[in-house]
Amino acid sequence: MVYLIRFQLREDYSNLIFYLSPLVAVALTLFFGSFIFLILDLSPIESFKIFFISPISNSYGFSELFVKATPLAIIALGLSYCFKNNIYNIGAEGQLTMGAIFGGGIGLLFNDSTSVFLLPLMILFGAIGGAFWATIPAILKTKFNTNEILTSLMLTYVALFILDYFVVGPWKDPAGFGLPKSMPFPDAGRLPVLFDGLRVHIGVYFAIIICFITYIVYNKTLFGFKLKVSGLSSKASQYAGFKHKNLIFYTFIISGACAGLAGLFEVSGPIGLLYRDISPNYGFTAIIVAFLGRLNPIGIILSSLLIALTYLGAEDAQLFLKIPSAVGFVFQGLVLFFLLGTDFLNKYRVFIK
Amino acid sequence: MQSIVEFKNIFKSYPGVIANDDVSFNIKEQSIHAILGENGAGKSTLVKILYGHVKPDSGEILINSDLAIINSPSTAKNLGINMVFQHFSLFESLTVAENLILGMNEKISLTKLKDKSKTICDKYGFNLNLNSPISSLSVGQRQSVEIVRSLLNNPKILIMDEPTSVLTPDEISKLFKIIKNLVKDGLTVIFISHKLEEIINLSDYVTIMRNGKVVSTISTQNEDPETLGYKMLGYKVFKAKQVSNINFSQEIFNIKNLSTQSKDPFTINLNKIDLNLKKGQIFGIAGVAGNGQKELMEILLNENDYEFSGDIIFKDLNINNLSTFQRKSLSISYVTEERLGQSAVPEMSLSENIFLSMSHKSEFKKGDFINFEKINTFANDVIKRFNVDTPSYNVKAGKLSGGNLQKFIIGREIMSNPELLILSQPTWGIDAGSEAFIKKTIVELSQKGVSIIIISHDLDELLEVCHEISVLYEGSLSNPLNVENINITKLGKYMGGLFD
Repeated sequence: MVYLIRFQLREDYSNLIFYLSPLVAVALTLFFGSFIFLILDLSPIESFKIFFISPISNSYGFSELFVKATPLAIIALGLSYCFKNNIYNIGAEGQLTMGAIFGGGIGLLFNDSTSVFLLPLMILFGAIGGAFWATIPAILKTKFNTNEILTSLMLTYVALFILDYFVVGPWKDPAGFGLPKSMPFPDAGRLPVLFDGLRVHIGVYFAIIICFITYIVYNKTLFGFKLKVSGLSSKASQYAGFKHKNLIFYTFIISGACAGLAGLFEVSGPIGLLYRDISPNYGFTAIIVAFLGRLNPIGIILSSLLIALTYLGAEDAQLFLKIPSAVGFVFQGLVLFFLLGTDFLNKYRVFIK
Repeated sequence: MQSIVEFKNIFKSYPGVIANDDVSFNIKEQSIHAILGENGAGKSTLVKILYGHVKPDSGEILINSDLAIINSPSTAKNLGINMVFQHFSLFESLTVAENLILGMNEKISLTKLKDKSKTICDKYGFNLNLNSPISSLSVGQRQSVEIVRSLLNNPKILIMDEPTSVLTPDEISKLFKIIKNLVKDGLTVIFISHKLEEIINLSDYVTIMRNGKVVSTISTQNEDPETLGYKMLGYKVFKAKQVSNINFSQEIFNIKNLSTQSKDPFTINLNKIDLNLKKGQIFGIAGVAGNGQKELMEILLNENDYEFSGDIIFKDLNINNLSTFQRKSLSISYVTEERLGQSAVPEMSLSENIFLSMSHKSEFKKGDFINFEKINTFANDVIKRFNVDTPSYNVKAGKLSGGNLQKFIIGREIMSNPELLILSQPTWGIDAGSEAFIKKTIVELSQKGVSIIIISHDLDELLEVCHEISVLYEGSLSNPLNVENINITKLGKYMGGLFD
């Protein structure tokens, strides 16, 4: 007797569960995550306290939470345009890097400027840099039908090498003891912080504004409607007369610009100069944030806070539990795994025959 | 004659529907027994239970008066029950003989199988070359392969699910002759159909099903299509009769010398198609599926910027290079064959599905913002005017039955005030009530001066509503025939590719 596991599409899968499944995924992550701590001979409850509670038990922690959540939210909001359109832009990390190079480049070019226009110009160029990098996979996709997952991902590494070239080459700080980093940006090119002594910066406002605009676009506008139709059925989108190629361009440009913006905020905010490791994989982690937030603008804000917490928790865990900070990535991976799992089981019925 | 199959109190339910409700009747040996009913009446479920494909919730089946427990199609085959499905399961790239041997339960050599198949083919008049690949066969020949494959298992009972839906009139009469000969040689045939005349011509007995229940099992001897239709539906169906002796004058839509030269082996190339449509005229494009209907519709809709030569002219304007959006703005409306996923998105609400086809209309927009209030009002109008059975416009399109959804889609397109309406398979697979309603609506629309093109493989439907009919065969379009004094033999010849 051969037993086969078979999957059958549920005709009537639940919308409520669709929005609840992130919570289920988080619960499952905590449950299975506790085994990781057990294996490491640590008390799960104590470990979770250090991982998820202690990082945000003071104002500094809270500020750090928003410092991490801001780029994640901005990138994920941008990515949601692509994902809604069924276009898988995996290269936000590269677009972020390009935004940092373009915007940061402006900051270095005018490094003795005190003008109030310097920062807005850097922000603008950050967005342009990210958008520029994102149009490359869009052109390849629409002209040659190349797979955007591959091209956008590969371009990420190209962007990282370009940044590498600049910080060890032309933009290397002459007074930097030969280290691969640029000069610091002038004060006029630094992102204002919200509270003295804390690192949380005005990028938070940008995230909220982008969230609000995205909400309006998705729910009230023709463009949002086109994205929804084209994501659900490309044939219906053709029937309606929507130009799919244009939509691919627009969504890539939007998500690239958002990623570029986030990159610029990182370098002109907490970091203050250009160097090799400007992002702890925000561009990739934002993919998880976008899906965990159900591609819903408000959901994305919430999930960005949760995922930001795993970054902080991992740092604290390294400090206090003496375990590698990569545990944070393990938790991010677990969340994504369980989210995909719950989504699948919501959509399909499983039976063994 | 004794009963070969006895259904006893068969009950089968799916979430939300009862497919078979206390079904009991007998099938006599060596007879042709039809099961008649609308789509969704439960006839397919019942034969799938007999074939072991579906398990009943309760009830028994007796074969030759013995209780039979049929758990799987292979048990059914061992009991001598075989089935020819509506959708064929053949491997395109393999030859006929290779496909036949794949269906065998017993081990047999290819040469022996070929001998055996040849005997069957010769005896019953199947015209098959055992060495040709399936991909080169017509739909009718593919069906022959399926039938021969079943006959190789020496069945006692052969189930045929809507076997005529894909055939030309000529092929249908051939098939009926074969079936009658098979029965003479001892076979019992269970024949599923919703076509009344066919059943009267072919079968000895008929079991009529409605909403999962058996209405009655009768001999077809004293029945005519009207009485049988009344029994199937429980009410009389209005026949939309087109008035066809009108002199149309104003030309509205022309296709001139339309050809395609695609190298894709899975598409049919269109060959010098000419079509001339006047104001208020309904023009039918008949033909068996897969003769270029899909390609023609894609060009008319301008999906994927399909490449072609020739001209498409709407009201003296060449629309060759106009996008779908621009064509819609010129008041050309479309209803495609694929209801869910193309003409409507199942995951979206009815209101949103209104806007799907109306985004070119300024009254539903304020700049780039959508005016959902107006759309909801419009959706409500469509629902009311076209008798769409739904609690509200917020219901997802995927929840509607085929007939209701089609009424909604056609209603939507009609209420956009088109001058030209292009419909593909408008009544395919929907209940008879909705079908009659849609036909009536189409006829009334043409009387208001709207020109309509219907692409359909349902010849009866075209004869009922159209003024003129042409046949599409392997990418070529025949000259039009006037429906008023139509020569059915000629039409049949056209469908087989014998143009004048």
